[in-house]
Amino acid sequence: MDTCTCNKNYTLDTLIPQVGVITDIREETPDVKTFRVNAPEGGKLFEHMPGQCAMVCAPGISEGMFSITSSPTNREFQEFSIKRCGVLTEYLHSLQVGDEITVRGPYGNHFPVETELKGKNLLFIAGGIGLAPLRSVINYVLDNRENYGTVDILYGSRSADDLVQLKEIQEVWMKTEGVNVYLTIDREQEVWDGHVGFVPNYLKEVGFSTDKTALVCGPPIMIKFVLAALMEMGFSKEQVYTTLELRMKCGIGKCGRCNIGSKYVCKDGPVFRCDEIDELPNEY
Amino acid sequence: MLKIEKEKLPELFAKIAAGQELYLPVNISGQVNFAAWDEEVQVDLTTLKSVKSPKDAFFPQSENLYTCKREGKKITIEPEELKNQSFVVFGMKACDVQGLKVLDQVFLSDPVDTFYAARREHGVIVALACHEPEETCFCKVFGIDCAEPAADVAAWMAGEELFFKPLTEKGEALTKSLEGLLTPAGEAGEQAVEEEKAAIRAIVEKLPYSNLSLEGWNGDALTEKFDSPLWEELYKPCLACGTCTFVCPTCQCYDIKDYNTGHGVQRYRCWDSCMYSDFTMMAHGNNRTSQMQRFRQRFMHKLVYFPANNDGMYSCVGCGRCVEKCPAALNIVKVIKSFQKQGGEK
Amino acid sequence: MQELIKRAKELLADGTVVRVLGWKAGDLPYNPEPAYFAKDTDFADFVYNGFCGANLSKYMIEASKMEGKTLVFLKPCDTYSFNQLLKEHRVEREKAYIIGVGCKGKLDIEKIKALGIKGIQSISGAELTDEAETLTVQTLYGEKTCAYKDAMLERCHVCKGKEHKIYDELLLTSRDTTDADRFAEVARIEGLSPEEKFAFFQKELGKCIRCNACRNVCPACSCRKCVFDSNKFDSSQKANADSFEEKMFHIIRAFHVAGRCTDCGECSRVCPQGIPLHLFNRKFIKDIDEFYGEYQAGEDVDADAPLTSFTFEDVEPSVVSTRS
Repeated sequence: MDTCTCNKNYTLDTLIPQVGVITDIREETPDVKTFRVNAPEGGKLFEHMPGQCAMVCAPGISEGMFSITSSPTNREFQEFSIKRCGVLTEYLHSLQVGDEITVRGPYGNHFPVETELKGKNLLFIAGGIGLAPLRSVINYVLDNRENYGTVDILYGSRSADDLVQLKEIQEVWMKTEGVNVYLTIDREQEVWDGHVGFVPNYLKEVGFSTDKTALVCGPPIMIKFVLAALMEMGFSKEQVYTTLELRMKCGIGKCGRCNIGSKYVCKDGPVFRCDEIDELPNEY
Repeated sequence: MLKIEKEKLPELFAKIAAGQELYLPVNISGQVNFAAWDEEVQVDLTTLKSVKSPKDAFFPQSENLYTCKREGKKITIEPEELKNQSFVVFGMKACDVQGLKVLDQVFLSDPVDTFYAARREHGVIVALACHEPEETCFCKVFGIDCAEPAADVAAWMAGEELFFKPLTEKGEALTKSLEGLLTPAGEAGEQAVEEEKAAIRAIVEKLPYSNLSLEGWNGDALTEKFDSPLWEELYKPCLACGTCTFVCPTCQCYDIKDYNTGHGVQRYRCWDSCMYSDFTMMAHGNNRTSQMQRFRQRFMHKLVYFPANNDGMYSCVGCGRCVEKCPAALNIVKVIKSFQKQGGEK
Repeated sequence: MQELIKRAKELLADGTVVRVLGWKAGDLPYNPEPAYFAKDTDFADFVYNGFCGANLSKYMIEASKMEGKTLVFLKPCDTYSFNQLLKEHRVEREKAYIIGVGCKGKLDIEKIKALGIKGIQSISGAELTDEAETLTVQTLYGEKTCAYKDAMLERCHVCKGKEHKIYDELLLTSRDTTDADRFAEVARIEGLSPEEKFAFFQKELGKCIRCNACRNVCPACSCRKCVFDSNKFDSSQKANADSFEEKMFHIIRAFHVAGRCTDCGECSRVCPQGIPLHLFNRKFIKDIDEFYGEYQAGEDVDADAPLTSFTFEDVEPSVVSTRS
């Protein structure tokens, strides 16, 4: 944290953001853009871990929590993949390279890449924009390849046009040794000669062995059916991690709105192991 | 222990206020709330409960965090200055002092809320024992002794005098600055204070809520309490207003918003209420869509979630403000009693 | 009170209604809460006394969405609100079985406490059947008494009358409690200078904590989504971002309920800061009476509302500036 200039006894409050400059914008899909953000003087805004989030704000418009999609192993910048779905995201999509926003964070816990996941065979299962948090883990794992076992990535979207990070998937992930990528789209399309079908079904079709730890992220309905499929395939809940998303304002477990029971998603989450979720009251 | 005649209190307040800001219970247009002292205000130390708790001396209902200015594409952020001068809150009650301890658990835990921490550091609290507790009080249930408030200074009103006993370094410093006005209480004074304490405690024993049982309310009771069908009945009269939240000394939920001043954007935070329909609403949905869920959240937070995260500490101090102010006559006591009654019928 | 319970049980038993909306005794002598009753055993807690001030018409908005008919007990003044809600299609007549209950003025615990009565253990004289003019209060600090009238809500001193404006049947008798001029305080404020008026409202509204109790209890505030709850509106419903914010909230609300407010007084009853919010509404009512002829919202469902029906005799908008 920076030292606050107004009172030397305190460090800068975690609610005070930093200014970030948009240095690159990639149009991933018709409604998803990936924004690259740097500090105004260059370099990264902060260090983070895979799965962590940050509050991105267009001053005067609104502020929202987004997962950081770039890997911490990237030393130059942070990236956010943002889907247009409300007032804030609409505005962010109208921004150009060189525009400034504010960012505060990183917030929340992260995927246990340095502990529980180390040495494990990993199965990533993502739907739509849900790839954003997992991409951070995937690239982290690929950059520290020797620390992990096999890597399988199953990713699906509504259509071929809605697959985010396709270039990286095809040019990096698919070409990395020991990494298997399975892509699927919901409905047939002329341009698509790959697999067609919903993620949970494809998962069962492929029939992964249970010597893996699964990391799941996507729309709530997909997560629900993926979890059911994994259980059916013989996975235990202790082998599955996912992320939750609720309305957040402070990001530090104090403003009181993102709790499920006694857990705050912004602070105790967003990453939960599925057996932990079972202990929470059904209010998410 | 020291003392001062009640009629000399205006002099005491003037002397405190000469050195720092002074907040104390003030009657404005018929209602008593904590406000800054000046010679014009009508100080009221006899009304037992201020409408709002004095928590806003430390956690204001609305406060700016920073100002954001934009010049072309450039954004600059000017953080609001932290409190850096001492101030005195005079006349807080034991329950409200405990209320701050609850807020401390939230705001002083990592990462520290620096705005709150600065106010806590610079605030000097003179706590006043509760002369004549009322039927809505139930601080005893939470182990609070309103006859013996523990803050920087403890004070008692007995007879025509106010007794003053510093308990901390900050309290000693304040007391020292008031030399000349405060005189030694003497043995008679000590005796008067003991009598006052005994009188207070005797009344507390007779208060209707003093024997309220919190049995079964703890961090482990989560699923059992959460799934109870009782909530569906209890919430019915709730109007979904924020009265209970805003008068409460321990409610700490807040909202963060931007206000466009025309010369920049002011980022401020303000008290929020879990009772409000938009509290958990976001672009793609809301996880507490019914008033029953929101109502349940408030009481579960105070009696189950908070103890689960804070070594059993409840996020209620029994001040009874919600009992007095709820427009639909609902309150935490009724909730606790309903669960107890249901348990008894099982 | 027993006759209310008896009749309610009969109507439940013969299937006329499936639930009863009334008041349930609280755990203190003065805090009954609005409640639903469906089974015979529920009525053990049923209460109807001087502290049942809550206007149950507001709850009928929700009850109208429920399956089956609800028996609701309405005091004379509450029936105005029900009528107004009926006019605005917020409640359904067929979903309500209305028993008009008598009233001898409702009590304000804040007024009792303001008389210095505290540590309250029991209160006698608050029952509708009590002919006593005095409340006797047992407290931890001794027995206290106060005149019933001195403990009455402001609205009861300017009561609209003993007559129920809509009902299926009537129970218990009312008494006349009017002893003040409804518009006296409005007239007094009208007589102040602009500076004095501003100072008055600044002082009163400055106490507002934006809890929304006035809005949420108000039968006229029946919008499904309030403009102050909209995140698209450049105002905050929770905080006074600037010194005018709370005034804007109350002024907008007063404008929005103008011509529809029945002057039920619930806003002032529930305000935790004791702001005399009814004065805003009454100012509008007084003006409407003067400009368009006397009109009482909720008195007659079929009557034309002055602000929503145009006549050539209507005053010109410039009336405000030309008035002395």
